Amino acid sequence: MDLKLDQVSHHYGATNVLDDISLTVKKDEIVCLIGPSGCGKSTLLRFIGGLERPSSGQILQIGEPPAASLNPLTYIFQDFALLPWRTVEGNVSLALEDHKLPKAEQRAIVEDVLRRTNLSDFAKALPRQLSGGMKQRVAIARALSVRPAVMLMDEPLSALDSQTRELLMDDLVDLWTRESFTAVYVTHNLAEAVRLGHRIVVLSRRPGRIREIVEIDMPLAERKDRVHELEVKQHHLWDLMREEARAADRELADV
Amino acid sequence: MSETTMTNADIREAEQNAAPIARPVPFRGGGFVYKPVRIAGPLVFIVLIAIWEFGSDTGWISPLVLPAPSEAWTAFMNLVHSGLLWKHLGASLQRLVIGWTAGTALGIVAGLAIGLFSVARSGLQPLVSALFPVPKIALLPLFIIWFGIDEGSKVATILFGTFFPTVISTYSGVDNVDRTLIRMGQSFGLSWTSIVRKIVIPGAMPAILSGFRISISIAIVLLVAAEMIGAEYGVGAYILMAGSLMATDQLIAGVAILSVLGLIIAWLIGLAEKYFLRWRT
Ligand SMILES: Nc1ncnc2c1ncn2[C@@H]1O[C@H](COP(=O)(O)OP(=O)(O)OP(=O)(O)O)[C@@H](O)[C@H]1O
Ligand SMILES: [Mg+2]
Repeated sequence: MDLKLDQVSHHYGATNVLDDISLTVKKDEIVCLIGPSGCGKSTLLRFIGGLERPSSGQILQIGEPPAASLNPLTYIFQDFALLPWRTVEGNVSLALEDHKLPKAEQRAIVEDVLRRTNLSDFAKALPRQLSGGMKQRVAIARALSVRPAVMLMDEPLSALDSQTRELLMDDLVDLWTRESFTAVYVTHNLAEAVRLGHRIVVLSRRPGRIREIVEIDMPLAERKDRVHELEVKQHHLWDLMREEARAADRELADV
Repeated sequence: MSETTMTNADIREAEQNAAPIARPVPFRGGGFVYKPVRIAGPLVFIVLIAIWEFGSDTGWISPLVLPAPSEAWTAFMNLVHSGLLWKHLGASLQRLVIGWTAGTALGIVAGLAIGLFSVARSGLQPLVSALFPVPKIALLPLFIIWFGIDEGSKVATILFGTFFPTVISTYSGVDNVDRTLIRMGQSFGLSWTSIVRKIVIPGAMPAILSGFRISISIAIVLLVAAEMIGAEYGVGAYILMAGSLMATDQLIAGVAILSVLGLIIAWLIGLAEKYFLRWRT
């Protein structure tokens, strides 16, 4: 299943947030969205996930999601969004309980995703017992359990320290290499964008427009060892961002 | 190279010669953290009662003003032996349990409705604000007309008294449920009932339980007041009777029964909190 954003524009009251965004997300591709703070990245992601409607334009699913997919468009949140009163297991099964699966199958899925995210030993732990990185792993496991067609990730690593971020980035790359998934990945971090993105969409400051789309065709698995080659791309992205970020910064100060 | 090491060594030596006294940095942290001191609570009771008993024995506290704790204890034992304790206590507990359970159950339902539906909120919130401050005991005569002089009016007083604080604590609990958790539920396509049952209600639980602490105290106050106005049995009736006979030892015994009741209930709610909120840090 592909996604097509068709001339999406949006305003909250008098503020224009997004302006004429058209973009296609192809199957098995990770599209990174970067842009200055407040340019409407999270808003765009909410539109893609069907949690909100744009003022104009539309978001189209092209083709059917795989039959096995329980929740084609699945979110991963910056602040993990785990239920503190449920164990790791319980948090994962939450996503499955409304799908009327046989109990045994549900249990098998939970076990499987916990194993794939190296969480099997923590099945009975409560979120408060886990570190930030672990919590985000649980959120990733929960997202995988519903076999998403597209994963919508809003700064999934921003709440983590840089070492943990590095580890989780490796995990995501491994996961993608083993079983490729489709994702829209919002981030502030250019290093993350060049490590994970097949295409990187640079948005301008508010109202967010597409400034440029940068393609990186180096296989994800090789990027870790060829960081220096990516540096050129990263610099280019930074040049694009700097101007926008500066202007956005000043705009906020003016208010 | 060697010169610099020399100078460095020199400096170090000079520092050592000056040898300022080494002492640990002064500790300024600590405090402002609640650590339970288990014996403190009982100790306060014991000391107060001991002083009181001592004062009565030495005649420093006149028996006319306040009977000695030992006399109140004797009055209490008389109550036990006559078998009347269970009659009074049983009647009171029955009213308390029925009134409080019904009041909080209805209060939770109404609170959830206000928390979840805009129409209910707009419609009921002003009503709750208008009726909450009305002393329910002032309505007892009306309740007696409506629900009868017997159990009905007393249970109704307690029910109304506990209903409103429960409504308020429930809907503020719902208001405080983390919106991103609800968003998360929606993003996984959970049904509305699942979101309410698995996200909203557990999230509102801390507020609901702390509402229980308030509503149970209100229930006990109203219970005694209602029993004083018209009841044959009940701790309130016993206290009223003792008061009208100037039997202050019995009066103190009756008040002590209420205090112990309050303590036991607070302890039970503490247990419930430990159980339902064990996920909290
Ligand atoms: N529900 C809302 N009502 C009104 N304004 C909103 C709402 N949500 C977002 N906005 C505004 O829309 C703009 C874009 O917000 P959004 O959260 O999408 O930005 P973002 O690019 O994700 O920013 P950040 O990088 O800080 O996460 C902001 O100016 C924000 O204040
Ligand atoms: Mg955002």
